[in-house]
Amino acid sequence: MSEVATLNGARENPAAATDGAARDAAGKGGASSVTTRAPNSIEVYREDFERKITGPDWLQALRKQGMTRFQTLGFPTTKNEDWHFTSVAPIAERTFRLASIGVGGVKRADLARFDFDENGWHTLVFVNGAFSEDLSSNVPLGNGVGVSSLARAIKSGTASIERHLGKIAAFEQHTFTALNTAFINDGALIELAADAIVEQPIHLVFVSEGEGVSHPRNLIVTGRHSRATVIESYVSLRDSAYFTNAVTEISLGEGAHLDHYKLQRESEKAFHVGTVQIREARDSQLHSFSLAVGGSLARTNIYTSLDGDAATCTLNGLYLTDGTQHVDNQTSIEHIAPNCPSHELYKGVLDGRSHGVFNGKVYVHPEAQKTDGKQSNNNLLLSPTARVDTKPQLEIFADDVKCTHGATVGRLDDLAMFYLNSRGIGPETARMLLTYAFAADVLETIELEPLKVQLEKMVLARFANEAVA
Amino acid sequence: MLEINDLHAGIGDREILRGITLRVNAGEIHAVMGPNGSGKSTLAQVLAGNPSYEVTRGTVSYNGQNLLEMDPEVRAQNGIFLAFQYPVEIPGVSNAYFLRSAYNEIRKANGQEEVDPLEFLDLVEEKLKLVDMDESMLSRSVNQGFSGGEKKRNEIFQMAVLSPRLAILDETDSGLDIDALRIVAEGVNKLRSPENATIVVTHYQRLLNYIVPDYVHVLANGRIVKSGGKELALELEEKGYDWLQGAGAGAGAVA
Repeated sequence: MSEVATLNGARENPAAATDGAARDAAGKGGASSVTTRAPNSIEVYREDFERKITGPDWLQALRKQGMTRFQTLGFPTTKNEDWHFTSVAPIAERTFRLASIGVGGVKRADLARFDFDENGWHTLVFVNGAFSEDLSSNVPLGNGVGVSSLARAIKSGTASIERHLGKIAAFEQHTFTALNTAFINDGALIELAADAIVEQPIHLVFVSEGEGVSHPRNLIVTGRHSRATVIESYVSLRDSAYFTNAVTEISLGEGAHLDHYKLQRESEKAFHVGTVQIREARDSQLHSFSLAVGGSLARTNIYTSLDGDAATCTLNGLYLTDGTQHVDNQTSIEHIAPNCPSHELYKGVLDGRSHGVFNGKVYVHPEAQKTDGKQSNNNLLLSPTARVDTKPQLEIFADDVKCTHGATVGRLDDLAMFYLNSRGIGPETARMLLTYAFAADVLETIELEPLKVQLEKMVLARFANEAVA
Repeated sequence: MLEINDLHAGIGDREILRGITLRVNAGEIHAVMGPNGSGKSTLAQVLAGNPSYEVTRGTVSYNGQNLLEMDPEVRAQNGIFLAFQYPVEIPGVSNAYFLRSAYNEIRKANGQEEVDPLEFLDLVEEKLKLVDMDESMLSRSVNQGFSGGEKKRNEIFQMAVLSPRLAILDETDSGLDIDALRIVAEGVNKLRSPENATIVVTHYQRLLNYIVPDYVHVLANGRIVKSGGKELALELEEKGYDWLQGAGAGAGAVA
């Protein structure tokens, strides 16, 4: 991998900025003459919100807070630092009605290709954001483990939900989280009692159908010294232009260990904003892996807060883009407590005229002494028209810390190409091998073997197809 | 087997090879020696088809075919192998996968059936012994984290598996301790046959104690300034290159 440039995010995107400005004006009450959309997409969300289903008072209040906040914040423009390289105009300018509930034409057999293990994992399937018992599969998970549909749990009055829901995901700050909060209805609820160890992975599959919007909301609360593996898959069976706006809130108890995988494999026409926000108590361990391969416009946010002494996090990710895809990855690691190590490796392979973004923030608060933070982002550009903006950010307010970060953007190494060619391997295969190799080292970090094997196959097949094309 | 005629080549505007003429027959071992910057490695790279180098004049014929028109992978498929001076690290590709791909590509190009991973494993086991490497290296990434000696042995291992007709060893001895050198040389000697030829590019005579050449050529300023038998290598060891470099420069001036 040859390093041709190290970007720090200084590139401009005038087209996106113009869109953003126009939308901004329209969003503030239609005072501007540039309002060309009727009805305004925010009003459509409002209309759907008014028709919203019933629920306990505390939830209605939370939803209302979410809606109010969403309306206040509006859609972000590229002037917003968090959205500098990503214009959400394609989402903001469309009117997405709430996706219809019901499994529609989705059959169990259709979903088999999204499984990772032939023995079958405990799987919860959601179609357009709503739980489908028929499509889901149960595997005994042991004592102290509660896995259910959030909607059902709310209905049956599970008390712990009120304590945690909306407390971790910062809807005051993030507009899409606010929008999701306004529409909280269903998703997965995973609760682990203290010392509960779940050997089996728990797979949450979110299938989208049609062209509406769904707002899956997941809540994972893990007790002291518990351990689990959770996979969130975002998929679709057809190539349609829907919008998924998902939020997952995770509370890790003392010494708890969670392996969390978010696999964004949406349709290539789809829009996806997915936020995972975590709070980690002392000695807890988070291993997060985020794959982003689908969507025409996709954004994944992984935000974690190391609240307790010696909590650790590993945030790894891989994004593969082609065509005109725009795939944005934002991560944030807040070192609040001392003695916390954090490790981050994100890699991107960009082809066609696609655009990738990585924005990784590491904040080290004044109390967070002895922080050990490592962050890196490496990108491989396969075509002259592919683009990536990478912006690793490090803000340190403590004086006794060890933090490193770096970003690279490169092309395939000529010398490595020649080495392979000189062994009889032609340019297409060589390119495929080297590209795969670039991506593979972050896949290597996946500890869940069947998942690793399947993702490796998937990535290899993808590059093999591109090499042939 | 190989006929090089008045070969000129370089990078960009810089001419490095200034008229090499050399003939290598099957069954022969040729040593190409010379000081740093004489063009030894360039010759090796050009023969293997490194696209960074441009051939500006001359011809190279390999078994009657125009070698210079062949892409590097086609040269390899036709039996040419270059053991790199600086083997390239390829993180994320295992030695097994890499070498099996190469092996199968070459077989395919020669109308032979590909082998599956298990057959391949059987095939490579004895070759590993040849270079004293452990089977565990197969699952490691190509050259990644390898010591200098391991990288060179890996080149010879690859050569053993791919069994080329014309092997070019580019300073395979540099940076090797005497034990590693012996292993490498033994590997090369075992592969010697009346059908194959080897070009050994080296700075030092030391390697030629173990791989005995039929011919020794001395390169200076991009030309062969002296050719002879194996005793020429000893003479070079004794006298150094200085006395020949003058000859090379003189020849260049005349031309």
